[in-house]
Amino acid sequence: MVGRIPLSAIREEFPILSVRVHGDGPIGTVESSTGKPLVYLDNAATTQKPRHVLEAVYRYYKKYNANVHRAIHALGEQATAQYESSRLEVRDFLRAVTEREIVFTRGTTEAINLVVFSWGRKNLREGDEILLTEMEHHSNLVPWQILAQEKGLELRFIPIREDGSLDTDALPRLIGERTKLLAVTQMSNVLGTINDVRSIVSLAHQRGVPVLVDAAQGVPHLPVDVRDLGCDFLAFSGHKIFAPMGIGVLYAREALLEEMPPFQGGGEMIRAVWYDRAIWNELPHKFEAGTPNVGGAVGLAAALRYLRGLGMENVRRYEDLLTRYTLRRLGELRQVVVYGNAARRGSLISFNLGDLHPHDVAQYLDAEGIAVRAGHHCAQPLHRKLGLSATVRASLSFYNSEEEVDRLVEALQGAEEFFSRGLH
Amino acid sequence: MDFTDLYQEIILDHYRRPRGAANLSHIPESKVHENPACGDSIKVEVTRGPEGVLKKVRFDAKGCAISIASASLMSGLLAGKSLTEVRRSARRFIEIMRGEGNPEFLDRWGELACLKGIIRYPVRVKCATLAWHALLDALPEEEDPQERTEA
Repeated sequence: MVGRIPLSAIREEFPILSVRVHGDGPIGTVESSTGKPLVYLDNAATTQKPRHVLEAVYRYYKKYNANVHRAIHALGEQATAQYESSRLEVRDFLRAVTEREIVFTRGTTEAINLVVFSWGRKNLREGDEILLTEMEHHSNLVPWQILAQEKGLELRFIPIREDGSLDTDALPRLIGERTKLLAVTQMSNVLGTINDVRSIVSLAHQRGVPVLVDAAQGVPHLPVDVRDLGCDFLAFSGHKIFAPMGIGVLYAREALLEEMPPFQGGGEMIRAVWYDRAIWNELPHKFEAGTPNVGGAVGLAAALRYLRGLGMENVRRYEDLLTRYTLRRLGELRQVVVYGNAARRGSLISFNLGDLHPHDVAQYLDAEGIAVRAGHHCAQPLHRKLGLSATVRASLSFYNSEEEVDRLVEALQGAEEFFSRGLH
Repeated sequence: MDFTDLYQEIILDHYRRPRGAANLSHIPESKVHENPACGDSIKVEVTRGPEGVLKKVRFDAKGCAISIASASLMSGLLAGKSLTEVRRSARRFIEIMRGEGNPEFLDRWGELACLKGIIRYPVRVKCATLAWHALLDALPEEEDPQERTEA
C-alpha cells in the first residue's frame, strides 16, 4: 500500500511494468508471452510513465499542438495555456513563490549549466571558489570545471564520511572568504545518501553563500519545499519523476534570475530585437530560448499531479520500508558488499557481488528479466575515491514490490553460482 | 537467445584462468586503455621475436568476464605470428565485433569463435575489443605501407 492505494492498483497505472523481456525473438524482445516478467530496478536512471502522463502527452499532441506564445489562433492559445499552466503545477509542487521562478529546461544538466554559464559567468572572478561535494554527479561537477578553467576558479569539495554521509562538520572551515557558491546533491545517485540540505543552506547563508541543489534524485522520492529548504537554485529532470525525457526544471529565486543574463539567445527570450542588439523578455521567458518542449511540460505537470494525488510523504514512507527490506535481503548474501549506509538514505542501493564484475552481474540479472545499472553511474571521482571501478545499482520506486526484491536476491545467488562454478 | 550463448564455457574458463595475464606495473599508466563506460582497464605488452615475429603477448587487466576472456584468447592466438599478420588479425577482429565484417571468419580462429555471440550485444562489444585496441597500440610502428605491398 502506498498511502491508501494498493500496490496492484499502482502497478496497473504503469503499463510497461507488465511486459516480459527476452522471449523468443531477437535480443531485447519485449512483450513476448515466452519471456521473463520485467523487474525494473533502474529508476535512478529513468522512471517509467503512468497512464496519466502517457494520456496527457497523447491528448496534447492529438488536440492542442501548436507553437506557444506567438500564434494568433485557437491551437496556439491552447498550447500556450497548457504550457503555462504546467509551469503553475511545477510552482505548486515545489512550493515556489511565483511561476516567474520556474524555468523549463531540457533536464537537470541543462538547468545546472544555465546557472554555471549565466550566474557563474557574470558573478565569478579569478580566485573565487565553488564548494561542491565528493558525491556529485558529473553534471554538477563538469560544468563547474569548464567555468573554473575559463575563469581561474578553484573547486573545493566537502568530503564524505566512511558511511557515505556528507561530512558537514568540515563545512564551517571549507566555506571561506572566497567561496561564492555551494552546489550539493539532495540525494547521492551512488550512495543513496540524503543530504541535510536545509542545514547546509542555513550555514551557507550565514556566510552569505548561495546554494544550488541538484535534486534530480531527490524530487522523485522526497517531499520538496524550496521555501523550507531555503535554497537559491534547484534543478531536476522530468524523466526521473515519471514524466517524458527532454523536460526539466530550474527553480531560482526571482531576485537572482532578474540579475542574471540570458543563457542562450534566440526566439522567445527577447522582447525586441534590432540588428545590433536586443532587449530580454521578462521572467522566466528570458531563459527559455527557442521553441520549448510543450508536450514534455504537459507530461511533467501530469506526473506531478499524479504524485500529489499519491502524496510524497506516502511515497517516501513506502520506499523507505522497501529499501530496508532490500538491504536486509541483500545482507543475507555473504558475497554482497553495499556501498553507503548513511542513516538518512533513499531507495537506491549500490553494491558488488564478490569479485564479480558489475557488467557480468547486470548481464546475468538481465537474462532473468531484472533491469539494474552497472558502471560508475556518472560519478567517476566518487568511485575512484571508494577504490572501485564500477558498481551494480538497484534503484527502487514506489511501484516496486517485495516480490521483485526477492527475485533480485534469488538471481544474485544464481549469478554467484554461475560465475564461480569450477573455481572452488 | 540464451544467456549461456553469451557466456559460453570457453569464455568462463578463460575468465577464471586467463592465459597471458601478468603484472605489468612497469608499464606507465599513460599506456592504459580504458572502457569509460565501466572503468575497465588493460595494459598490453608485446615481446618481439626474430624476423618480425610476435613472440609473446601479455596483459594486465581489470574487467568483466568478456574482456578478460577476450584478452586471454588474443594472447594465445597471436603468439608466433608475424607482426603484419597480428595487425591484420586485430583490425579484422575489431571490425567483425562491430558488425562490419563476416562473423563466420571467427570460426577459422579456433576458440575465438566463442566471442561471436557478443556481436548481438552492442553494449558489450567494447568489452571484447578493448584488449585488441590496446594490442594495436602496443605494437611497433607499422612499416611503410609501400614496403608491405612489395613484400
